[in-house]
Amino acid sequence: MKSLGSIRRDFAPWNDPNAKPYIQFDNVTKKFGDFIAVNNLSLTIFEREFFALLGASGCGKSTLLRMLAGFEEPTAGRILLDGQDLRGIPPYRRPVNMMFQSYALFPHMTVENNIAFGLKQEGMPKPDIEKRVAEMLKLVKLEQFAKRKPHQLSGGQRQRVALARSVAKRPKVLLLDEPLGALDKKLREETQFELMDLQQELGLTFVVVTHDQEEAMTMADRIAIMDKGEVMQVATPAEVYEAPTSRFVAHFVGNVNMFEGKVAERAANTTRITGATGAQIVVENGGNTAAGADIVFAIRPEKIKVSSKKPADAVNALEGEVYDVAYLGDMTVYHIRLDDGQMVRASAMNASRVSEDPLTWNDRAWVSFRPDAGVVLAR
Amino acid sequence: MNATWSRFNITSVVLGFAFLYLPIVLLIVFSFNESKLVTVWGGFSTKWYVSLFHNQGLMDATWVTARVGVISATVATVLGTLAAITLTRYTRFRGRILFSGMVFAPLVMPEVITGLSLLLLFVAVGLDRGFLTVTLAHITFTMCFVAVVVQSRLVSFDRSLEEAAMDLGAPPVKTFFHITLPVILPAIISGWMLAFTLSLDDLVIASFTSGPGATTLPMKIYSQVRLGVTPEINAACTILIAVVAVGVIIASVANKRREVQRQRDEQAAQRG
Repeated sequence: MKSLGSIRRDFAPWNDPNAKPYIQFDNVTKKFGDFIAVNNLSLTIFEREFFALLGASGCGKSTLLRMLAGFEEPTAGRILLDGQDLRGIPPYRRPVNMMFQSYALFPHMTVENNIAFGLKQEGMPKPDIEKRVAEMLKLVKLEQFAKRKPHQLSGGQRQRVALARSVAKRPKVLLLDEPLGALDKKLREETQFELMDLQQELGLTFVVVTHDQEEAMTMADRIAIMDKGEVMQVATPAEVYEAPTSRFVAHFVGNVNMFEGKVAERAANTTRITGATGAQIVVENGGNTAAGADIVFAIRPEKIKVSSKKPADAVNALEGEVYDVAYLGDMTVYHIRLDDGQMVRASAMNASRVSEDPLTWNDRAWVSFRPDAGVVLAR
Repeated sequence: MNATWSRFNITSVVLGFAFLYLPIVLLIVFSFNESKLVTVWGGFSTKWYVSLFHNQGLMDATWVTARVGVISATVATVLGTLAAITLTRYTRFRGRILFSGMVFAPLVMPEVITGLSLLLLFVAVGLDRGFLTVTLAHITFTMCFVAVVVQSRLVSFDRSLEEAAMDLGAPPVKTFFHITLPVILPAIISGWMLAFTLSLDDLVIASFTSGPGATTLPMKIYSQVRLGVTPEINAACTILIAVVAVGVIIASVANKRREVQRQRDEQAAQRG
């Protein structure tokens, strides 16, 4: 038998041109009055994928989820699930189930009746229901809480009941609306891994909505980053972080330094950039920008090295002064003000207990980075 | 702030409660009066309670009142609940503000006007005044109270409960009866009790809309008092007070108990 990890490792249907999409948003638009919540959006999700919709509140991610569940109908466009057009199918006839942000546990029913509710609607025979409920309670480790009412449970237990209830019917797709939003930080981190294991175990397609980038990065196979009702980028967590395709995505996920400038020279492998303030930067991956174009060079703080002397072999090295230092234990964050006025954020892992090259406030410092450390984005 | 029993505090509490309860206490005390004279104490006796049960007129009126109360409260609860649901849920139809205003207008409408207008209506449509008309009138004026009580509960009702039920495969009607109704049931029961109580002690509207053979208890008491207050009436009122008081006490004790139990459960759950 394959381990869960190896299944996950080999899973990449989005790179397979023959893979059949499972969920398909086809030019979907949703308007509420004059407000456009989702704007002509197209998106494909594959079977057994753990897919995250990431964005700030009001970006349309929840609307997308609610359209999939059937609580909202698209104003235009269509949604296909396993080849079937979902238009006009009410929520109670869709083969998808949703876990709500507020959990929406039925307060007048015990835990086991909550879990059994969906199965009863299906008309499943009683002994089968009992068996399935027991199975679900075991899955979420709540066997001894079967007879309790929701208000007799802690937040984490309620979350698990909600999860058990939403997977009890073995839906084709499980929709999760901010599933961990109401939990405290420590519990949230534990639960993220539990959710991933559960998804692999049940072999379901998960679509999760979240505003927490760390949560999305941890759990999802692929992330769709949304803004103002549109998808900005769909990619694996690593791609989103290392190869953002737009300024918005680079900004939204993680920390980033932006150098505004112009493409001064374009060669086969190297692109030379002149910063707005005069800095010269050489990069390997210039994207498809032409010479003379206005661009932004984006680079992550941990890709920048800070030193007191100019590194001898550095292609890109800029001089400045230490403006701020924040020691965080596992790493130290420096804010360096370059001589041309630009602020640069750099972070260094504290791999040894005592730094060999200690830098402190107002020290002269050099920031350096490799030609392939950042990305060039259109302005 | 620390509550201290200053002379001023004690005086105001005593005066306040005396103002509220002295008349009622007086009524209860004189219901046990031996003498037939209402204001002269002639020794303790329960004979008026005994004679009360032999007063056929009062007993009939009590029976009418009970039936009017139960029927009108039940119908008003159904209608009021429906009105409350419509007004909280379907927020986008034209003239919603006008409609909700109109539902709640009877709350502040002088009873005399409600009574008179109902009387005119019944006369106009040729409905003989009696049990039916007084019941209809009570439904009309208690319905809006039910709507207010139920609506205040529905406003804080988590719609995602219904969505969850539908998501799990329950069609809208089933969702309503299995999820919505059980959750808002306490408010509906409060609404019923309020409607029943209002019907029980209504004199003005009943006087306008009732007819021969359908005299309610308040009407009976009022008409007897006009012929002179007898201790028998005091006894009837004392029983009425006792019934209402017991009802209120049971309801609030049960409520309090549930609250305490709930808090205890929640704390236990948080501890793990």
